[in-house]
Amino acid sequence: MPTYLFWIFSAMMLLGGAAVIVFRNPVSSALSVVACFLGLAGLFTGLSAFFVGIIQILVYTGAVMVLFLFIIMLLDLKDEDKRAPSLAPLLAGLGLVVAFVSQLLCVLSRSPDQIAPALDPQALAAAAGHFPAGEKIATALTAGRLPDVQLIGHMLFTGYNLPLQILGVILLVATVGVVVLSKRTQH
Amino acid sequence: MNSLPWILLFLPFVVTVVCQLVLRKSALVPWVSTASAVATFVIACILLTPSDLTLFDGPNGSGIIARYITCKPIHWASIGNFYLDIGIQLDKLSTGMMVVVTGVGALVHVFSLAYMEHDDAKARYFTGLAFFMFSMTGIVLASNFIMTFIFWELVGFSSYLLIGHWYQKESAADAAKKAFLCNRVGDFGFMIGILMLWGITGTLTFAEMAVPAEVSIGTLSAVMLCIFCGAVGKSAQLPLHVWLPDAMEGPTPVSALIHAATMVAAGVYMLFRVQLSLPLVNFHELQASTVIAWTGGLTALVAALMATQQDDIKRVLAYSTLSQLGYMVMAVGFVAGEAGMFHLFTHAWFKALLFLGAGAVIHACHHEQDIWNMGGLLKKMPVTGIAFAAGCLALIAFPGTSGFFSKELILDAAHESGSPLFWVAAFVAVLTPFYMTRLFVVAFLGKHRSDSAGHAREVGPLMWVPLALLAILSIFSGYAFINQCSPALPEHAGEFHFNTVAAVSLGALVLGVLAGWVLYAGKDKDPVRIPLLRNRFYIDAFYDKRLVRYFQDTLAAIVHFFDEFLINGLLVGGLSRTAASAGNLLRRVQSGSLQGYAFALGVGVIFVIYFTVFQ
Amino acid sequence: MASLNDYLLVSGLLFAIGLAGVVLRRNIIIVFMCLELMLSAANLSLVAFSRFNTVNGLPNYHGQMLVFFVITVAAAEVAVGLAIIVALYRARLTIHTDDLTSLKG
Repeated sequence: MPTYLFWIFSAMMLLGGAAVIVFRNPVSSALSVVACFLGLAGLFTGLSAFFVGIIQILVYTGAVMVLFLFIIMLLDLKDEDKRAPSLAPLLAGLGLVVAFVSQLLCVLSRSPDQIAPALDPQALAAAAGHFPAGEKIATALTAGRLPDVQLIGHMLFTGYNLPLQILGVILLVATVGVVVLSKRTQH
Repeated sequence: MNSLPWILLFLPFVVTVVCQLVLRKSALVPWVSTASAVATFVIACILLTPSDLTLFDGPNGSGIIARYITCKPIHWASIGNFYLDIGIQLDKLSTGMMVVVTGVGALVHVFSLAYMEHDDAKARYFTGLAFFMFSMTGIVLASNFIMTFIFWELVGFSSYLLIGHWYQKESAADAAKKAFLCNRVGDFGFMIGILMLWGITGTLTFAEMAVPAEVSIGTLSAVMLCIFCGAVGKSAQLPLHVWLPDAMEGPTPVSALIHAATMVAAGVYMLFRVQLSLPLVNFHELQASTVIAWTGGLTALVAALMATQQDDIKRVLAYSTLSQLGYMVMAVGFVAGEAGMFHLFTHAWFKALLFLGAGAVIHACHHEQDIWNMGGLLKKMPVTGIAFAAGCLALIAFPGTSGFFSKELILDAAHESGSPLFWVAAFVAVLTPFYMTRLFVVAFLGKHRSDSAGHAREVGPLMWVPLALLAILSIFSGYAFINQCSPALPEHAGEFHFNTVAAVSLGALVLGVLAGWVLYAGKDKDPVRIPLLRNRFYIDAFYDKRLVRYFQDTLAAIVHFFDEFLINGLLVGGLSRTAASAGNLLRRVQSGSLQGYAFALGVGVIFVIYFTVFQ
Repeated sequence: MASLNDYLLVSGLLFAIGLAGVVLRRNIIIVFMCLELMLSAANLSLVAFSRFNTVNGLPNYHGQMLVFFVITVAAAEVAVGLAIIVALYRARLTIHTDDLTSLKG
């Protein structure tokens, strides 16, 4: 990905994130989150993580944020009424963030930088040898394409089978939990 | 065969635990406890049959044949190469003693079934009895001093429970406390003695003890005296004898079991065990032996004198027990422990008989204990009366009874030593028939002197059967066919040779009985009043007024200071105040503000990053 | 092409924004959104590491596996969390954290 695209998507993500905490209206905040996640999805794509990028848009921007909006409208939230701003928590919060960012910069300035290894057709073709010949993955790799979805699927069902099952159970539990929680208690 | 001794030891314990935790106040408790006592008696009898004979020389080559059935000890705790074992030592001494303990124990249990029938806390009483049986078994079977000491204390504790059985009575509660404290005084010396002995021999196991040649006689004397302190406490010798008469506040069967036959004999048993375990020591040379002999002799004398002026039937017996224990201790002091143990063996039967007989009388007379309120009981309760008479005959060493043989041997030992103690012992031999004649004449003959005695009736079979059995044993346990069960048996036991000693003892017997008969036959109140004896030489009063008041008050003040200021004020109060103020302080932290918590979490993360990355 | 540190910087900044939102905002729904931002920031660094540390010439898919699981669990978490917020609103008629101080000691 060209560097300027990286900066554009980064700026979109960070500005969207900043807008989330700046806007008073929850709906605006939610839409800012959508913008932020779109930028993030762009960054994912730039990192050749196509599947994750798509998931980010489908699940987060599509499902989760719609759920947020749905709840905001369900609760019929107005703009936050102005409250007397208290300085101490604000300063403390900002101090915390500044401390964190300075630590981050410090760590990054110390750690050695790294350039992304090339993912050009030659490299991909060379990687094809690690997969059964004639299968989809090997074919795509030989053709110089990155079969992202197939590779993730391969790993998911070979190396992460049990966690996947457990994840299914977690989702089920969450579903049941949500149903129980949102049932109106009868008096 | 090897598991039998363990069953013998732990059966009463299991019964105690089951009774205390599972059965609680169930009506089953007395029966379970009694069944266990009978079962232990059967086991003790089985163990008596020889299985593995080893010749074992007693002190000075007295040639005791001991049987060791090796029971592998359990390592209870280990410190480096030093082991605290729970082991069982089975030899003639311990198995014989076991027969006495379990035999008297079983009979007392049976007797108690009737005696305590209407008691409210029957279950607690029988649980206590079972626990006592466990502790006593432990002392007898112990293979090392630590175990002896543990069970020694447990015996003290269970006797505390049983003496204080009627704790609602202040006198009973006080007596329990007194017994426990007196025992503690002796136990302190005992513990020091054990540690010294360990320092000298390097082992606590009886079978492995050997005294190195370089240890001086003085040191050994000191050790023996310290260990003797324990016996003084437990066997109620002068000057710690005061607890035993007071312990008569407990139920009478308890007095029979603990304060006549078993627990008080433990001191003598332990002394003899020590003498056996230190085979190389010539005990004659030790100053300690003389001290022990004199303590025993004086106790015998003083206790017999006090017994002549007591009115409470149980107290007379208690002082007579003291006196007889004095005999045994004296025998051990003369290094004639076998004679002492033989006397212990016979004494256990007839003194248990006398106490149980007294219990039957008290039961029949509606808890009347003053002999001057009794009288004429022989006609009303013939079985009890005759059994009691048999016990009396044995106690006063009537020729042909068991007591005669055993006491004769002690007098022999005293005579051989050439010590003036022989004449002390002979005088005690006059006093014993005197006070027993007094007791029997006043309580059982003549006319009844109160209504409660007038309405007395013969007790039920649960009570008189044990009495009858004990009466048979009292008369015949001196003869060869029964005395084989005795823990230790001197040569010529059960034989009779007419010599100086026999003449003196027969003379003493006749003198004592005649004096008692002449003085007390047909009297309605005590014709002799000697305040000094009646008040027990003022020893109790002295303890009360001097020792207890000053020591106790000073101690109480110190303890109060510690308790009130240091512990209550500073430690407990200080801790609670610190906790309260810290809580008040920290309460502010718990603001309930979500963001506050998030902030704290963030600060924590910042610190974690700082310490992991930048340090 | 951007380097690893660029990605980590951007990811860290997004995390910082999320943190600031959690600490500063009083609307519990916004706080919740900011939590999602922080999760996503973590995802970004995971994907970046996956891309920059290749295995056999391909991105390290273990990292992306983790991202996959984080997203899924986050979805479940959002569902439950929002249900709790709804229940909270029903009970208290507010979602302003300053008014929710019943944990105060």
